[in-house]
Order: sequence, then C-alpha cells, then structure tokens
Amino acid sequence: MKRRTFLAGTAATAGLAASGAAFAADVTKAAYIYVGPVGDMGYNYQHDLGRKEMEKALGAKVKASIVENVPEGADAERVLTQLALSGNNIIFATSFGYMDAVLNVAKKFPKVKFEHATGYKRADNVATYSARFYEGRAVIGTIAGRMTKTNKIGYIASFPIPEVIQGINAAYIHAKKVNPKVEFKIVWVSTWADPAKEADAANALIEQGVDVIMQHTDTTAAMTVAEKKGVFAFGQSSNMAAAGPKAQLTAIVDEWGPYYTDRVKAVMDGTWKSMDTWGGIAAGMVTFAPFNKDMPEAVAKEANDLIATIKSGAYKPFTGPLNKQDGSVWLKDGEVADDGVIAGLNFYVQGIVGDIPK
Amino acid sequence: MDLSAINPLVLIASLMVSATPILLAAIGELVVEKSGVLNLGVEGMMIVGAICGFATAVETGSPLLGFIAAAAGSALLSLIFAVLTQFLLANQVATGLALTLFGLGFSAMLGQGYVGLKPPSTPTLHIPVLSDLPVVGTMLFSHDLMVYVSLALVAAVWATLKYTRVGLILRAVGENHDAAHALGYKVIRIRILAIMFGGACAGLGGAYLSLVRVPQWTEGMTAGAGWIALAIVVFGSWKPWRVLLGAYLFGGISVLQLNLQAAGLKVPVQYLSMSPYLITILVLVIMSANRSRAALSAPASLGRSFHASH
Repeated sequence: MKRRTFLAGTAATAGLAASGAAFAADVTKAAYIYVGPVGDMGYNYQHDLGRKEMEKALGAKVKASIVENVPEGADAERVLTQLALSGNNIIFATSFGYMDAVLNVAKKFPKVKFEHATGYKRADNVATYSARFYEGRAVIGTIAGRMTKTNKIGYIASFPIPEVIQGINAAYIHAKKVNPKVEFKIVWVSTWADPAKEADAANALIEQGVDVIMQHTDTTAAMTVAEKKGVFAFGQSSNMAAAGPKAQLTAIVDEWGPYYTDRVKAVMDGTWKSMDTWGGIAAGMVTFAPFNKDMPEAVAKEANDLIATIKSGAYKPFTGPLNKQDGSVWLKDGEVADDGVIAGLNFYVQGIVGDIPK
Repeated sequence: MDLSAINPLVLIASLMVSATPILLAAIGELVVEKSGVLNLGVEGMMIVGAICGFATAVETGSPLLGFIAAAAGSALLSLIFAVLTQFLLANQVATGLALTLFGLGFSAMLGQGYVGLKPPSTPTLHIPVLSDLPVVGTMLFSHDLMVYVSLALVAAVWATLKYTRVGLILRAVGENHDAAHALGYKVIRIRILAIMFGGACAGLGGAYLSLVRVPQWTEGMTAGAGWIALAIVVFGSWKPWRVLLGAYLFGGISVLQLNLQAAGLKVPVQYLSMSPYLITILVLVIMSANRSRAALSAPASLGRSFHASH
C-alpha cells in the first residue's frame, strides 16, 4: 500500500469514527484489560465481576469490552493503543505491570481516559486506583496466628512490588501480635498465574510443616492443594470456597463494582478527573468471604472486631511501635505510617526471615 | 536456614509428580522427532489434553476415561498438524507454532464451563508389599498409575527404538526419508502415526496437570511446560533415558528451589528461580559434549518435508 493511499484511508477511517461517535454520543465505551483469564476465580475474575456490576448499573448507556491474558510489557501497549483507536472513552488497565504502557499510550490519546489499578504514576488523563488489600491481610494474619498449630504460616508471593510487601508485613505483624511464636515461610513464585507452580509451592510449604497458607497469586491452585492435604488457606481476591470448602478460612474479596460505576458515570457526566483512589475496608473495596464453620467463635469475634476498628478508622494496620527487619525504628509507639511510605513499601518488618528479591 | 525441614523422601515423591507432565510430553515429542518431524505444537496439544481430560473426568466421574479422552483429543489435534505438514507440505515450524496458539485459544473456549470445578480424584496405587516398604515405599511406590505409565513409556520407547524392527523403520524414516521411501516404507504414514503418538503423549501430560498435579482447570495452565518438554528432547540428544533424566532434573530442581525458599536458604530468589533451567541445560549439554556423537543423535531429516516425487 502506498503511503498516500494509506493516509487517505486512515483519514477516512478517522472521519468515520468521528461521525460514528457523533451518532453514538449517548453510549459510553469502556474497555478493560486483564493480565490473566477472567476464569482464574481470583483477581481477574473479581475485576470482571466489577465490570459486570457497572454494566448492570448503567444499563444501555454503556458498552464495555474486555481483553484477557494481556502480558505486562510491549503487548500491553499494543492492546491499549488498539482499544484507544477503536473509540473507547475510558480504559481500565488492571495490573501493576501495565503502568508505563498506560502512560505511553495515554500521552498519544489525550481525550481517552485511562485508569490504572495498583499503580502510582498519574497524568491528566490517567487516574490510579487500588484497594488497601493490606487491611484485609491484617485480618487474615490475625486469624492465621490463632489457627496455626505448627506456628508455621506459608506465604506464596508473586512479585516484590509494594502491594505484595504490604500484604506480607501486615499479615506478619498481626499474626505475631496474637501468637508470638509464629514464623512465616515465604516463597516467591515470580508469576501471577501458573497453577502448577503455585501448587508446587503450596506442597513445598506443607511438606515443611506449614498448616496455614496465604497467597498473593491469582489462581485457586494453592487452595486446591490445601484442601487435599487438609490444611487451612485463605482465598485471594475472590471467594475461593468452591476450590477448598474445608480449607478456606475466609478470603479477601475485592469489590470493584461501585468504583467502576462511579468512574464510568463520571465520564458520561463530563466530571471525570485524574485522581488517586485508595479505598479499604471502610470504602467497601476490601470485603471478606464468610468465615469457615470450623473457626472457633473467639477467633471469628476477634477478626470481626479488628474489621470493625479498621472500618471506623480507629485502628490502622501499620501503627507503631514497629521496627524494620534490620532492627532500626520504622514507627515509634503510636505513630501511624503515612500513605506515601505504605504505597512505596520496600522492606520487611522485624522478625520476618529472608530477603525481598531485588 | 533450616535444611532439616526438607524431607528428601517427600521431595523425591513430589519431584516425580512435578516431572511427569513434562516427561510424558517429551517422550512423545522424542518419537515425533525421531521420525524426522519437528512439532512445536507440544504446548498447544498439552493444554487441549488438559481440558479434554478434565472435562471428560468431570462429566463421567472417571479419571481413567479422562486420561483416555485427553490422549484421543490431543492425537486428533495433532492430526491437523499432520495433514498440514505431511500432505500439504506446510512449513513444520510455522505450523507447530500455529498449533500452539490454536490449542491455547481452543482449550480456553472448551474450558469455559469448567472453571472452578473439581475433578474426581485420581487414586494412588497401593502396590502390595512394595508400597509398604519403609523409605522406598513412600518415595517410589505410593504414586498414581500415570507416574508408572510415564516410566513404562520411556522404557518402551527406548526398547522399541533400539531393538525392534518398527523402531529401526522409524529411525530410518527420520534419518533419510528418501532412502526409506526407496526401500518401500510409507514415509508419510509412519510420520503421521508418530505425530499422533506424540499428540497422545502430550495430551496425557496435560491431563496429568489438570487431573492430578493441580487438580483444576485454569486457562493457560500449562504455562510453558510444552516448551520445556521440547527443550529437554533436544538437550537430551534424542535419547529416552536422558529425556527421563532431564525431566526429573527439571522437575526436581523446580520443587527443590521452592523448598529451599521455604526453608530460608540465603541465596537470592532470582538464582533459585532460574536454577531449574540452568542446571538442566548444563547437565544435558555436558553429557552430550562429545560433538561428533551429539551430531549423530539428531535425526538427519528433522524438520524436512517429504514428497514422493523428490
């Protein structure tokens, strides 16, 4: 194709797109990209539930599309560009690793709104949003500390990003608080979704005496193994009770629906602004699956009390006195970590054994 | 660090489980490549096997039927590859890659209704006397049937290739298809059968993943296992026992590195994560270091299309 015909063709397409937009001005197009399959029954599944809730709330005024299994990196940029070109008004990029791709593409399409989950870089048309998962981790840490008999808790970690490190610290601090003898065994699998590897990691942990497993990966593989081996585990992002009806103590469930509805509505109303949203238990973004029937009432009560104090704002999970892993002081007695430090958290608290991969 | 937390007996038992999918796929691909065909679609055939096996096992309640369906489904898929490369003489590399992409997408479609379900559990065999032996009993004789099937397959492939007429013909086709054709052997037919055998094995490997090792269905759950199987065939210089060694080495170190992490070994995680790949390649390359002999082990007609008019 000659360059001139190509340009003419592009212009014609652009013109068509413009006229199409004029006709369909009352329909807002929203797109979502996911790092894994929506069938992971975890993180991506939960985002897609949020998308469906948003569609239900806004009805015919919105048209949403999704792209699954988009790798973080160059591919993400290609997919985002494609979505922007195809006339989407707002695009949700739901994984941390899409960060730079989102900013690059957003620069080229100033009229399209972008929303990046769990990231920290913003622009005029790029907003960020995340949930304070670590508040949920504080709760499951408390439960884990009470429920473990071997005092060994296993943690399947994905990548050393602040969100994951917040989770490990919050869980450890609160497990330790109720059970000083508790010990964390952390395994990094370097993947968000690889069922075989997650299952192997769960097996390795159980073989070494772990009887409560936490995970920060997306699939239900570890829960399946926990059920088979008769140990406890916590669901991640989604209620994973189907994979482990006896094993699941509870799950941290991400609720994205209200947020997605608000943001798409803001685009419709023309009130959309770039901002950072970081909601936790209080905002209803972090919720819990029903507690396991085998959980003693006292433990359930303790967990519910903690949820209530976090919800009311009376208690923040990162409250001093807390030391860093090397023994230096992080937070003095009663001091509360500020959001900036939490958002960029890159160290373990005192007592956790092992190094964070760099 | 507490290395005593790692129980070597349990470790060996889990490495056998962890290596079985790769071993099954690799031994099938070895036969395919011995016949002179390079099928890069192992990953695609594995994942189709994973869902075919899973769906059948869930529907019928029988893991055995699941494994049979997995083998049949993947063999059928490999038939597409066979028709394209053997009759239509399509490029094997490109067709194989396409088969992987197709398999990944196709399995995702088939698996839509099976997400979040649990398959019937595959029983572990209890072999009288052997399973009750101390030490070796838990280590070697407390697995499910497929672990032993995979080992038997390795032995069978080795014996067939080395000692039987069928094996000789297969190798002849792979070494020099023109000569084999001149001798009156049906090159295309033999290759198609080999491709289907490879497909069936890959399917079994995939089903082992979705029925035993994890056991659940998740889209894209093979996560590159097919590519590892392909690499092990090459680095194992097309020898069945080396393929077994390679698969167990890879599976073993994959499991070991997770155990070492859990035990708190003071080695950066990145080195542990890459160790299965590095060590497997290193060991197999060193074993095949004798260059003149290594060159001999690659089938001479590997990846070349055959047409009778040549």
